[in-house]
Amino acid sequence: MDGKKKSTVKKKGVGSMKLYLRNSWQLYAMLVVPVVYMILFKYKPMIGVVVAFKKFNVFQGIWNSPWVGFAHFKEAFTSADFWSALKNTLILNLGDLVIGFPIPIFLAIFLNELRSSGVRKTTQTLLYLPNFLSWVIISGVATQLLSSSGLVNNIVNALGFNSIPFLSNSFLWRFVYWFFGVWQGAGYSLIVYLAALMATDASLGEAAYIDGATRMQRIWHVTLPQISSTITVLLIMQIGKLVSISFDRPYMMGNTLVKDASDVISTYVYSIGLAAGRFDFATAIGLFQTVVGVVLVLLANAVIKKMGQEGIV
Amino acid sequence: MSALNSKGEKLFQLFWTIFFILITCIAMVPILRVISMSFSAKEAINASRVTILPIGFNTEAYVKSFQSGSFARAFGYSIMLMLASTVVNLVMTVLAAYPLSKKNLVGGSVIMTMFVLTMYLNPGVIPEYLNVRDFKLIDTVWALIIPGALSAYNMIIMCNSFRGIDSAIYEAAKIDGCSEFRTLTSVILPLVYPTLATLGLFYAVGRWNSISDVLYYINSSKYFTVQMVLKQFVESVKISVEEGMTSNLVADNIKSASIVISMLPMLIVYPFVQRFFTKGIMIGAVKG
Repeated sequence: MDGKKKSTVKKKGVGSMKLYLRNSWQLYAMLVVPVVYMILFKYKPMIGVVVAFKKFNVFQGIWNSPWVGFAHFKEAFTSADFWSALKNTLILNLGDLVIGFPIPIFLAIFLNELRSSGVRKTTQTLLYLPNFLSWVIISGVATQLLSSSGLVNNIVNALGFNSIPFLSNSFLWRFVYWFFGVWQGAGYSLIVYLAALMATDASLGEAAYIDGATRMQRIWHVTLPQISSTITVLLIMQIGKLVSISFDRPYMMGNTLVKDASDVISTYVYSIGLAAGRFDFATAIGLFQTVVGVVLVLLANAVIKKMGQEGIV
Repeated sequence: MSALNSKGEKLFQLFWTIFFILITCIAMVPILRVISMSFSAKEAINASRVTILPIGFNTEAYVKSFQSGSFARAFGYSIMLMLASTVVNLVMTVLAAYPLSKKNLVGGSVIMTMFVLTMYLNPGVIPEYLNVRDFKLIDTVWALIIPGALSAYNMIIMCNSFRGIDSAIYEAAKIDGCSEFRTLTSVILPLVYPTLATLGLFYAVGRWNSISDVLYYINSSKYFTVQMVLKQFVESVKISVEEGMTSNLVADNIKSASIVISMLPMLIVYPFVQRFFTKGIMIGAVKG
């Protein structure tokens, strides 16, 4: 469509170009502010990534600071803190993938089988609610539930057991992190899957039923294949994010006692870059994360395409 | 289907109905707990008697948390910030999405690709920080509005919504002599208000809940948002957890009240806008 228009403009020459502009100059006028914004606040910082290859000096600025090549990357790859942050990022994200990814699919499939629309709607509405709470709030709520004087430990104590150190034991803390990830995020994915399930063809399930398929057989062989493309897309997106991790969640959920589990790349970049002022080194780590992230998305996409599914890129 | 009334089917429905009611109740416990703490008497909290219903109902904690000036001020400021930045976001999104929704706009596909690329090519926190610093926006309210003024993802959703409008409507507006700008404001925007409302709410929720940009770009407490002030309260508990103490710097009921107050804007609008949100997710999901 676009190419066709361009060629007609070319063929008919300057006159038609003028006509085109007279009709659509307002469209271009609307684009001015967003495009300028995009260049100044999205593309200009991309150039700023060169800081990763420089010995950045605040007074000399980005351009006049001396080049150091891959020195910051070498330093990162030999730094124990970096590997620990990378390892924690992978562990926390893999846990989200293994625990958090299947739960909404499971919920959606069985919620979809329910005939009472009241239960369906209410469940959907209430499970989606935590999605609107900030990690500051969730962290405060988590402490109230799980600290040594929290609700859960009150119950544990009342049953005659010792308090469980959910927030100060690294191993247990990870499960707290994953649990609240599900609590916060499952409602959103649930709605996506329910929407995909609504769009499936009910007559296929009925045909399978008449052919004598049990409910589980119908779910496994008829329902699931129909939403597999939605599952695939969400899976690619999550795999692509394996090395990138949001800042708010680990930063707010973590505490100094579980540092060895809660220090991740985003919080490492923050503490080393903004808190300690090593802009160049922190940029190198951020760049590493972006590059690996893009590679992972492309890889996941290629694998999915090989499997015969439609990818996203 | 005859089997709809079979015993097996009834049992199945009963089992999963109970299952989902249980799951939902469990999911609500954290919220109920903090609400009940905020309304409970201090003595009941200290004696660990409060579970999910308030004991010794009183509203003292709310009065106190608003008496501490910093929280009340931050609340008002955050509301204003949320409204202002949502307006900026929506204007920017519409300004970009409307021209780009025209399939025959010369150069449109190039600009669209440039926007899409920004979703994948993330320069990272530090280059963005240095950029904001270049524009002398550090420690100004603009640092919380401009860097996130336009999300490419939301812009695409808006774009698809414009494309979903019947082309006859565009033609009718054109024949009636509407300029593109007039067509947008008087004819098209009223037609896409569900998408507009949804995106506006996504932006507003994002702004209200964000803590990272306040942490990165703001030093002086006069620009602290509710979340930032709340973070200081929450961290006072974290410290006590780390030191193994049970006493906190901020009393539990006041902290709970602050948490509830910061949830409030979301809890109030949620029932009304929930259907828009559901719709918005589906638009995004169809797009993939």
